[in-house]
Amino acid sequence: MTRKQKIFYFITLHRTGLWVTALSLALLLFPLVENNPYTLGITNLIAINAIVVLGLNLFIGYAGQISLGHAAFFGLGAYGSAIATVNFELNPWLAMMLVALIVALVALVIGVPILRLSGHYLAMATLGLNFVFHTILLQWDDVTGGPSGFYGIPSLEIGDLVFFDEIRLHYLLWAFALLSLLLCLNLVRSGVGRGLAALAGDETAAAALGVNTRNAKVKVFILSAILASLAGSLFAHTYSFISPDSFNIFVATDFVIMVVIGGMGSIWGSLFGAGLITLLPEWMDLFETYKDFVHGGILVLVLIFLPQGLVSGLLDIFKTRMTLRRQKNAQA
Amino acid sequence: MFNLTDFLQFSFAGLTSGAIYALIALGFCVVNNTMGIVNFVQVDFVSLGGMLMFTALFTLGLPMMPGLLLAVAGVGVVAMLVERFGLRPARSDNHLVLIFLTVGLSIILRGIIKLIWGKNRMALPPLTPDEPISLFGATVLPQALWILLLTIVAIGLLTWFFYRTPLGLSMRAVASNPTAAAVVGIPAGRVRLTSYAIAGALGGLAGVLVTPITTLNYDVGVLLGLKGFAAAILGGFGSFPGAILGGVGLGLLESLSAGYLSSAYKDVVAFVVLLLVLFVRPKGLLGK
Repeated sequence: MTRKQKIFYFITLHRTGLWVTALSLALLLFPLVENNPYTLGITNLIAINAIVVLGLNLFIGYAGQISLGHAAFFGLGAYGSAIATVNFELNPWLAMMLVALIVALVALVIGVPILRLSGHYLAMATLGLNFVFHTILLQWDDVTGGPSGFYGIPSLEIGDLVFFDEIRLHYLLWAFALLSLLLCLNLVRSGVGRGLAALAGDETAAAALGVNTRNAKVKVFILSAILASLAGSLFAHTYSFISPDSFNIFVATDFVIMVVIGGMGSIWGSLFGAGLITLLPEWMDLFETYKDFVHGGILVLVLIFLPQGLVSGLLDIFKTRMTLRRQKNAQA
Repeated sequence: MFNLTDFLQFSFAGLTSGAIYALIALGFCVVNNTMGIVNFVQVDFVSLGGMLMFTALFTLGLPMMPGLLLAVAGVGVVAMLVERFGLRPARSDNHLVLIFLTVGLSIILRGIIKLIWGKNRMALPPLTPDEPISLFGATVLPQALWILLLTIVAIGLLTWFFYRTPLGLSMRAVASNPTAAAVVGIPAGRVRLTSYAIAGALGGLAGVLVTPITTLNYDVGVLLGLKGFAAAILGGFGSFPGAILGGVGLGLLESLSAGYLSSAYKDVVAFVVLLLVLFVRPKGLLGK
């Protein structure tokens, strides 16, 4: 191999690691370039959404299931942390772990019966769960604060370092997002992940090849619920105020839209899907009256022309172009 | 202590909303049978029906019945446009992508409704003047009777269409086996277009009938549509008798639990029962 080929081989071999390193570096330096708290607030929200979407994408893209109810787990995390830290005065970090554990148990109890359903039935059942959860948040106002929301959730802190301003939160939230990204990237390349991918392709074939499909589905469901719960806890501590409308069925649908736009089964796509859908409403101010029109329009156009999702779709187009050009050159 | 009058009153209320859910659920089933997807635009067909009725009555000054027919036909035409220009160009046959395409189209349609009719709440008059009728001691509004009557007429027409016309026959063929239907040369495009027109007309009818009772608003259809979807699932997605049974069941469940348990948690009771039914019968009550 020539030197050039060797470098090229190294890059291809370690592309995932290199991408992660590049992204981490970019995020590390980002606050130096951009220190406008408003912009950082938006990128922080992208990080929180990305954590949920990464987990949900494992469930949708890898296990081939559907959930229109992940805003409920997100909300359980947020309200769980809020209640544990304000009413029971627990340490926020401890509360976050405890709540994640409880959410995992809830997901197990719900997941076992509900994952017997498939397709539209599963979609309706999860949607129903989210609806019930949202109604309880609204009605049980002694505990949740009802429609006016829950105030005064403390910020997270490590020693004297209080995660209060946007720049510190940027590092905290993106650290969590990158850890989730690494977890997902590694998981899908493990044996378990390959089994899941087989499950998404064809459930019967996967079962025939020795994948315990029911177990695998429940496990991924629990993992995605834990990630959503962690994101919810972070959300609560970041904004110190939460209200039921952040966890309704439209939010749950938005999470799935993020997965679909980013590309089902594309881990990197999850980041882009979360980014695009979180940013969209911010750009929408430019259009004011035609807001819904543009929002829906972008969604429809992406789904019509890039049904594999933004990342895989654009990558496919690029690859096709390159191959066509190479062919042309070879002929010439 | 059991009070028969109260029970009848709750049951009538349940039947009325149940009939509306059944209409919407039938719309969901028709599209599912030909395309295999949940058509979330159905939600906006309901709002659009009420809006068109409003325009027909107050802008065009039409009487009730022609107004109703115009509104229902109008939603049918819009639904066909949605299928032809919104869904057919899609380059994917992944159901999830198609379902979220309908979510996107629903956002656009809602935007258009908001743009044309505004965000204000409007009121639609009932089909005949509101003079409560006493039935076995329970009080019933004439609009509720209209809802039940027109729902039955719509179901009758639908049955006639599916079992007595060639197009209905081809639609049943596609529902039972899409591949075989394609092999014998049934035009898929026309079947899909018709299914959307029917879904639109059913949703529009539900909107025209229900908005005099609720109020008319650009997103009035969202919650109603979700209940319709729940009703379709409860009965077994794709089954027409199931959709009717599911709709009426859900309506009764809701009004009885609102009456006897708690009105704040009536939706919770309805959805919990739905979940329990699904745990026992994962394909709905009458699903295959």
